[in-house]
Amino acid sequence: MSTVVFVAGAGVITGIGNNVPGCVDALEQGKTGIDTIKYLQTNHRGQLPVAEVKLSNDELAAISGFSPSASRNVMLSMIAAKEALDNSGIKDIPDLRTGFVSATTVAGMDKTEKFFADFLPDHSKGKLRDLRYHECGNITAMVAEKLGIRHYMSTISTACSSSANAIMYGARLIKHNVLDAVIAGGTEALTKFTLNGFNTLMILDEQLCQPFDENRRGLNLGEGAGYLALVSERVAELLKANLYCALTGYCNVNDAYHQTASSPEGDGPYWAMSGALKMSGLQPADIGYINLHGTGTQNNDSSEGTAIKRLFHPRYPKLSSTKSFTGHTLGASAGIEAVFSALAVQRGLIYPNLHLQTPIKEFAFIPESGFSTDPELKNVLSNSVGFGGNCSSLIFSKL
Amino acid sequence: MKAYIRSAVSISPQNTFDNSSFLNGLAEYQGNRLNCIEPDYNEIIAPKLNRRMSRLIKMSAACALTCLKDAGITSPDAIITGTAYGCLEDTGIFLTSVIEQDEEPLTPTAFVQSTHNTAGAQIALLIKCNYYNNTFVSGGVSFENALLDALMLLSENEQANILAGGMDEITDISHTILSRTGLYKHGPVSNTNLFLLNSKGTIGGEGAAFFLLASKPSEHNLANIDAVATFYKPADITETAQHISSFLAAQCISASDIDLFITGNNGDAKHDKVFAQLQQLLFDRVPSANYKNLCGEYPTSTAFALWMAANIVKANSIPAILGHTGVTKNKINKVLIYNHYQNIYHSLILISAC
Amino acid sequence: MDTLIADLKVQIATQLKIKNIKPEDIGDDEPLFGGGLGLDSLDVLELIVLLRQKYKLKISNAEDGQHVFRSVRSMAEFIKSNQVQNQ
Repeated sequence: MSTVVFVAGAGVITGIGNNVPGCVDALEQGKTGIDTIKYLQTNHRGQLPVAEVKLSNDELAAISGFSPSASRNVMLSMIAAKEALDNSGIKDIPDLRTGFVSATTVAGMDKTEKFFADFLPDHSKGKLRDLRYHECGNITAMVAEKLGIRHYMSTISTACSSSANAIMYGARLIKHNVLDAVIAGGTEALTKFTLNGFNTLMILDEQLCQPFDENRRGLNLGEGAGYLALVSERVAELLKANLYCALTGYCNVNDAYHQTASSPEGDGPYWAMSGALKMSGLQPADIGYINLHGTGTQNNDSSEGTAIKRLFHPRYPKLSSTKSFTGHTLGASAGIEAVFSALAVQRGLIYPNLHLQTPIKEFAFIPESGFSTDPELKNVLSNSVGFGGNCSSLIFSKL
Repeated sequence: MKAYIRSAVSISPQNTFDNSSFLNGLAEYQGNRLNCIEPDYNEIIAPKLNRRMSRLIKMSAACALTCLKDAGITSPDAIITGTAYGCLEDTGIFLTSVIEQDEEPLTPTAFVQSTHNTAGAQIALLIKCNYYNNTFVSGGVSFENALLDALMLLSENEQANILAGGMDEITDISHTILSRTGLYKHGPVSNTNLFLLNSKGTIGGEGAAFFLLASKPSEHNLANIDAVATFYKPADITETAQHISSFLAAQCISASDIDLFITGNNGDAKHDKVFAQLQQLLFDRVPSANYKNLCGEYPTSTAFALWMAANIVKANSIPAILGHTGVTKNKINKVLIYNHYQNIYHSLILISAC
Repeated sequence: MDTLIADLKVQIATQLKIKNIKPEDIGDDEPLFGGGLGLDSLDVLELIVLLRQKYKLKISNAEDGQHVFRSVRSMAEFIKSNQVQNQ
């Protein structure tokens, strides 16, 4: 079994940009993508801010090659996955076994909602073609077909840690020599289902979210997609000029504390971070930057912060939650943040944690308030925590 | 990458949960919907803990807990599930309330339990299992993906005990919708005459099946999983045959080494043609058996097929209700399960006697 | 007050799908949380919606709910005093 997996490409679309350069630009300038609702049809427009991708379905269709009547989820997936595949250069190498591992939590729920509005009053009504996007696996298959990937596809759904697990699974398929290259990450579009769902939990912030602030009020939802092109050592040799970094550690654990809440001691994120460090052979002091899960809810930030304190005190790396830019993109969040983390380690970028006013008093660390660069940045840790206790961490290392 | 099946538990439209007499007698159904025969969950999961659980979660948790008990393991090193549709009941409840109540204040429980990882997460919570936890939602090969993940984990850690399962449910809404798509037979049908009608459509099914997998032998093991593979939308029967031949070749065997060929025939004339052609092309002398007359058609039905195959290998006999064809050898050593879901997702699972 | 308490018990048992204990067996002053009913933070949110739908009373965050949902009696008292205010 081979031991190293390399990142050879990245693709991303979020509320702050439609591709890698667009997102990096906004991260550098500290421009959030969270704003009033423009595209989602909901009664909460004007009350609950979200980070929508700043393109209509027609515009997304034109870029992605899908029909404008397709789910936003599949279009976002296509745009980011294609960017990752195209900039990896792996298409130029013949006879590679290339796979697609994608994650999502509600897939084409936007279209299912449309179907249900007609179906509920009369079960013979509703356009069946709107349901083609309901199954998570169908989204993956539709995008894989357009990317020219056929047999090796897989879909993962573990709530908000989904795409971290997709990246882990993709890396393991390479290590076990099942595949040579994998496009791995996740996608999520905003839907009434998720917006109202999080609203029932009373954890949505009616203002701009303030992750890791003492006075944080909750999270803002977002949408987008993020994928990495992962390759084996053999393929990496052929692509040398194109490599971003190596995926040196990962770990998936379950907090097993509560259906929605994280344990106060932060057991889940603590084990996930510790496991990823152990696998990469690194010590806590080797980590230069943590891309936090940092949703902005009382529970998450306090639990994740406690885990960080347990592992890093008294020497904390730089850290920030980029959800202050992109909102919480659920099944896509770990994929988007993996892209940001891979770029951070490749280019030495440290992203700010926007809207931080009062750091959490019980913690001795303060998230980054401004953008900076650090040419010495060697290892970046990315955290994800989800409903059902699913926690995963990834570590990206400089080559 | 191999795994011993130490225990296997299934809740299905047949009397499978109490497996004291393996598939001894067929539960008969009229119509195109086969619902699970369910146990009294309060005896397996404390009422306080199961009060919020939907039917799919209860089925999954009951199978998982019983599977662990049968294997004599309190907590596994990984919990991996596969489900194509996920938690349809809770998704339907929440979606209906969002639309009918026009986004007015709603209750959170159905939303929280609508996520696809609910079964895997609830099992982890019930047994306080803090290790690897993953959920595959890969359409008609969701369970096969879970198995492949389990096989990889076992080769990464030989000491590991892994709980893997597949599950999907039918709800009134999903049955109505899938009927409209033409998946099911119209007119009178029974699971007893499913393969005699030669008409369009199949019968709907559901179920949960869980397995405790380990890389170390033990005297109670039912069977050994040798390999799992999936392929997608093959161009024609020739490509399908190629996939199967190379799958067998990778295990250093040929079609004639298979003692029983379990196929995913579902009674839909067009769908089943693939299996008939393959039988002729590759497996003409191999005894074959169906299983979807027992559990109905659903995307993770191969979890039921694996439960059945493992029990056949362990018992070294094929239950009469399977209506198998061909002469079987004295010893059933190798069983190949081949299924396709709507001719889109194809999968192969090879198991052998321990 | 007694009618309100009895009604509440049935409503709570239905909303929270409590099946192993009969509504009338829930004690008036029995702790709803941290006791024998096995309720958790998700149930707090369910109860907030119950108050809103059945009694048109609004609790705007889960923390405020903690004292209201101490027991069936505390819920009844909250309903009584706030409905009077509303009138």
